[in-house]
Amino acid sequence: MPQTQLPNPIQVAPSPHVAETHSTTRRMMIDVMIGLAPVLVMAVLVFHWYAVVQMGLCVLVCMVTETVCAWIRGRPTPVGDYSAAVTGVILGLSLPWSPWYVGTLASVVAIVLGKVVFGGLGYNIFNPAMVGRAFVMLSFAKELGASAYVLMGARLEILTQQTPLTVAKEAAAGVTIHENLWPLFIGQVNGSPGETSAMALLLGGLYLCLRRSAAWQIPVSMMAAGFVAAELAYWAGLTPYTATYHLLTGSFLFGAFFIATDPVTSPVTPKGHWWFGAGIGVLTIVIRVFSGYPEGVMFAVLLMNATVPLLNRWTIPRPIGGPAPAT
Amino acid sequence: MERLPSPWGGARGPDGRRLPSSNLRSPLIKTSKPTFARGVHPSEHKELAAETPIEVLPIPPRVTIPLLQHLGAICLAKVKPREEVELGEMIAEATAPVSAPIHASISGKCERMTNVTLPNGRHVPAVPIAAAEHQPLAGPGALEEIFGGHWPLGELTSYEPDAIRAAARDAGLVGLGGAAFPTHIKLARNEKKPIDTLLLNGCECEPYLTADDRLMREYPAPIVAGAVLAGQAVGARRVLIAVEDNKPAALRTMREAAAEADVDLVELKTKYPQGGEKQLIGAAVGREVPTGGLPLDVGVVVMNVSTAAALARAVLRGGPLTHRVVSVTGGGIRRPGNLLVPIGTPYQTLIDHCGGLRDEAVRVVAGGPMMGFSLGSLEVPVTKGTSGVTVLSRHELRPAEVTPCVRCGRCVEVCPMRLVPTKLALATRADNPELARRYHIAACIECGCCAYICPARLPLVQLIRVGKVMAK
Repeated sequence: MPQTQLPNPIQVAPSPHVAETHSTTRRMMIDVMIGLAPVLVMAVLVFHWYAVVQMGLCVLVCMVTETVCAWIRGRPTPVGDYSAAVTGVILGLSLPWSPWYVGTLASVVAIVLGKVVFGGLGYNIFNPAMVGRAFVMLSFAKELGASAYVLMGARLEILTQQTPLTVAKEAAAGVTIHENLWPLFIGQVNGSPGETSAMALLLGGLYLCLRRSAAWQIPVSMMAAGFVAAELAYWAGLTPYTATYHLLTGSFLFGAFFIATDPVTSPVTPKGHWWFGAGIGVLTIVIRVFSGYPEGVMFAVLLMNATVPLLNRWTIPRPIGGPAPAT
Repeated sequence: MERLPSPWGGARGPDGRRLPSSNLRSPLIKTSKPTFARGVHPSEHKELAAETPIEVLPIPPRVTIPLLQHLGAICLAKVKPREEVELGEMIAEATAPVSAPIHASISGKCERMTNVTLPNGRHVPAVPIAAAEHQPLAGPGALEEIFGGHWPLGELTSYEPDAIRAAARDAGLVGLGGAAFPTHIKLARNEKKPIDTLLLNGCECEPYLTADDRLMREYPAPIVAGAVLAGQAVGARRVLIAVEDNKPAALRTMREAAAEADVDLVELKTKYPQGGEKQLIGAAVGREVPTGGLPLDVGVVVMNVSTAAALARAVLRGGPLTHRVVSVTGGGIRRPGNLLVPIGTPYQTLIDHCGGLRDEAVRVVAGGPMMGFSLGSLEVPVTKGTSGVTVLSRHELRPAEVTPCVRCGRCVEVCPMRLVPTKLALATRADNPELARRYHIAACIECGCCAYICPARLPLVQLIRVGKVMAK
């Protein structure tokens, strides 16, 4: 009988020796892109070239910045995992209409200060796209205020209207605004290119949750808590919008499905997901109602990002069989 | 099992009690077959060897029998070099309570004691035996002699618990599912912790492996006989056999055999690691074994189906544990199959018998691919706990490149012990036993679901194993 020889080279490693080959980090990022597809389509349908140019610029600058940073750090180029592209798309979709240097600066800050300084993908504390956006919002307060959305004399009629949230901010106290829900649902209102169409956001968000590329608890708890908070504010006469309007306006849904669900900057435990989403939902409404800003999703996400290590620690699940007996 | 499945969807345990809702996969998917919560479903690859009947391996020219084949104390050799031994003769005795004697698996002449490295990396002394001309258990008849013939399923009540335990001990019986815990210790009665259920584990949840499946299909009678005897030994009110629904043929044969005795059968929804005793008890009985505790803390004893068959043989036919069924399978093997082999046969001989390795074979694993140990040498002998040899081709192996953790939480979603594997791995890397304990590292059963599912291909369970030692 032939003597079997060991394969050369033999591989020896600890178990498990097999892996789920369909799930990779790259695949998760591609899922986010697929989930964003309906949002992109609606953005282009509503805002035409404005959306394409702004997004293209952000994606390009994000990917170039990531490559340059990797080169400076002497690391292999990580553009293959598409995470920089995802940051660029989300940033481009969330910025108001702005001069080219604003989008560029926001992208550079998102990648460098939002991600690379912490050690790159997986190590950042704050959502990179929101870091970039917050930086330019504070730096160009005049250009990017509520008036940034209104382009007087634009050929596209929708760009000459105020955003629903600006209308709410400027409304007199105690006034109730009854707006038609349908344009909000479809996305026929002014705003950042990614945030206006609730329909597209729900469609893409549902895909993400079903693919388990996003934790479903976060959007669910964010919407539930936001709804309750907005309803309370409405009954107290603090805001002219009902809770349904609040959920459909601004970047509430965009934030719920695509910004808050960034796995790196959200908790890992199921209970942590609930608290994290609920915190963003409540803070968003609080900022909308009480601060000088018409919109609050960005700051709410950044604030809750900071609580993630604590949330993880407070929501350690009880293992099956209970904690080990003290020895 | 007339009480299963329950028509309104909620899973009920075999005792008719409603199972905790955590035993359901998801509140949205109603399932009538019980299983445990979370876990993974790796590609099974059982088709490679599942349809190949058990074959008797021709007597190898030499076996090397390690003196430690169980969880517990090492045995003391009773034979000298050049001594002639008969098949079934005790060659090493157990000198401690938690230990099991070891018997000659072939007839022949003992050689000088040597050392072997077991798959888990432990070096132990071993007795080599060179085969004699005449062998009592050789040829295709051996299988029939061990497992075939008539098993008096209806008339087992006359056996006393003490006699069953003594037979198990004298036969050197240990758990054949992998952990190799001495069976007579498991069967011991404990006044403070009465046992009400004997649970027979026919899940064989490791991918690829088919040895238990084949045994259940071909020889269900000794398995049921062993289950009844074990149940009598521990004083269990109920004997329950659990089989996963990916083995329909085994379910059929086992159901027929179980009908002859007072034994229940439960069909579980296939998932890994259902064969882990904590998961199995959760799925089939609906009880939660406390961390750091044993099944007997919740009134259950779990036994593997092949152990039960060996117990029946030991009690009813007085045969010591000298042979076992081993799957030789995987994409790197030319002719996958299931072999009845004498303990101590080198893996080399098994692989030779199955046509040798394919060119793309890269890793030889003792056991299955989820928890088995990879080998650096084929000289390693089969022990009582060897359930199979899985040879993986390079297409089946987990990719080696690692990307950073993006905290996606997949490991948390699949962990059958409800742990946070990524944090445990982090605590290990940070050399922080305090953090590891806070995240309940001691509860980890090392099943490998986390490392299997991780999109970043991080060696999670591999790190956690290190961390468990660190946090002790």
